Amino acid sequence: MDPVLLEVNDLQTYFFTERGTARAVDGVSFRVPEAQVFGIVGESGCGKSMTALSIMRLIPSPPGRIVGGEIWFNGTNLLSLPEDQMQALRGNKISMIFQEPMTSLNPVFRVGDQIAEVLQRHSAITGKEALDQAAELLEKVGIPLPTVRIKDYPHQMSGGMRQRVMIAMAIACRPRLILADEPTTALDVTIQAQILELLKHLQESIRTTILLITHDLGVVAELAEQVLVMYAGRVVEEAPVIDLFHHPLHPYTKGLMRSIPGRASNAASRRLEAIQGVVPSLFALPSGCKFNTRCPYAFERCFHDPEPDLRTPLGGHPVRCWLY
Amino acid sequence: MPEPITSEPFIDENLLVLRNIKKYYPLTSGFLRREAGMVKAVDGVDLTVRRGETLGLVGESGCGKSTLGRVILKLEEPTEGEIAFAGQNLVGMPRKALHTIRRRMQIIFQDPYSSLNPRQTAGRTIGEGLQIHNVGTPAERKERVRYLLEVVGLQADDLNHYPHEFSGGQRQRIGIARALALQPELIICDEPLSALDVSIQAQIINLLQDLQEQNRLTYLFISHDLSVVRHISDRIAVMYLGCLVELAEKRELFDQPLHPYTQALLQAIPAPDPVAARKPRHIVHDPSTQPTLHGCRFEPRCPQAISPCKTARPPLVEYSSNHWVRCFQYFDPAGNLN
Repeated sequence: MDPVLLEVNDLQTYFFTERGTARAVDGVSFRVPEAQVFGIVGESGCGKSMTALSIMRLIPSPPGRIVGGEIWFNGTNLLSLPEDQMQALRGNKISMIFQEPMTSLNPVFRVGDQIAEVLQRHSAITGKEALDQAAELLEKVGIPLPTVRIKDYPHQMSGGMRQRVMIAMAIACRPRLILADEPTTALDVTIQAQILELLKHLQESIRTTILLITHDLGVVAELAEQVLVMYAGRVVEEAPVIDLFHHPLHPYTKGLMRSIPGRASNAASRRLEAIQGVVPSLFALPSGCKFNTRCPYAFERCFHDPEPDLRTPLGGHPVRCWLY
Repeated sequence: MPEPITSEPFIDENLLVLRNIKKYYPLTSGFLRREAGMVKAVDGVDLTVRRGETLGLVGESGCGKSTLGRVILKLEEPTEGEIAFAGQNLVGMPRKALHTIRRRMQIIFQDPYSSLNPRQTAGRTIGEGLQIHNVGTPAERKERVRYLLEVVGLQADDLNHYPHEFSGGQRQRIGIARALALQPELIICDEPLSALDVSIQAQIINLLQDLQEQNRLTYLFISHDLSVVRHISDRIAVMYLGCLVELAEKRELFDQPLHPYTQALLQAIPAPDPVAARKPRHIVHDPSTQPTLHGCRFEPRCPQAISPCKTARPPLVEYSSNHWVRCFQYFDPAGNLN
């Protein structure tokens, strides 16, 4: 197995608001080996994006704050790094691809200049060299006529093109780690397929590590090798991707799998087996297991005992559930 | 050979018949806002929706599917064409008659956050249609609203709550209750699931299907998500840049997609299974050129384009029984099947 590039230990990111404290990320731990695509999957509010922002140390503060844990990246605990050193890492050794390429590119600058800015911030090169490299990067992410397109403004490009520019920016400094937060969610399905293909290709050719954050199990199935399932700020299951899809253990994961329309095993019946109820508010989490309000298998212990630890049943993978 | 529809007398089976619907928007430029061209959002759609069925309308953003939905409800005036709902043409219909017929057709919008008035209680939003159409006494209307809330899986007492007090899924349930209030025959569902989480999507799909069975509703289900459309539809129409390119029974379309665009769409769906998802597949790329004025709209992206595609626009032809396709691979420009 490749050496571990990123290790998150007991990360706690809380938001302190008038309504109370929301534990957006509540004791999350995982290890990402070098050159892997590692997926974090969950529904809105489960804490997956906050985990990524915590790694970047970009949690909006106030109201948010990382209150505990460690984030080891390549041998350094990012949480004990001074801000200037953290800034030197961002966009350089760790970069990020956001969901919405329209809002995350600056509309008043040419895309070539935006890429060149990233390059110049992290290496001592001239503006001319940076622009040349920007054109090369655009070519690498599959944009035709790159020397012409570097002069485009974001609004002159289609959504898929803009996402390619975002990716070019993210890989500009050959980062060790890319955090991709819903990288294809805003795109049409044929464009999504192109972008997934591109990410796969780039990951192999520059051997970078990708932390892929998504709500879309199809995207996870396509790219990730190892997957973390989150619910209400907690990790509820972690497994290699094939295990997760073929032998999901946690009732929440099982429910998610059954909820996907068009999945072969779901196609037989007209009704989908939906998960009942709604995700509880982070301000009013149930006691005991956080999933007990929606779980079809919940029994007494799930309500009365404190939440179970992640444990690995024989021949299985880590899961947080009293059934195992 | 367009789908034979409006010329024949109205039969109950066809609830909605569209003939040659066009919706063009003028494109202006410069200080004086001169007309510089037209955006052909919907460009000649013929389509029949049968009573009691769910017709899925799929396509990517900008293909005109939502515009078509709004044109059907006359929320937008079509540039050209006929809309026959239950045998009556809505185009050019006097306001009063339109008002009466409108209660028989409703819409569920995509975004449950922006489609509900934040200053109106759920009860008022749901009951507004009843009030506008003068249905029952205030007490009866209130009773009906409480009933509707329960039908869509909310509490009867929720009627006094405001939209911000509900989650996204619950808001979409309010939107559905609002659409049901006047007991419509046709509901246009415009991407009703895309703002919702996976587990909530499944609940809403089940709800829509239950309601259809109980009330013999007809759905025009507009979506970009083929897996959802596959689950819910009886027939599926595929739209590309303002035109229908294929129309078939669901199973037929998935088993034997004819149009190269449909084939590309089906291949592009990320399979929710890591084994299937990693098989190599064919990907259709962005167009590098604009479609030619008279040619097939998909020609610049089409991996299978042949010579007539650049010069003529293929008509929608019935290739096999109830399977319609707009592509020169299957027939020549004169309309003869290859």
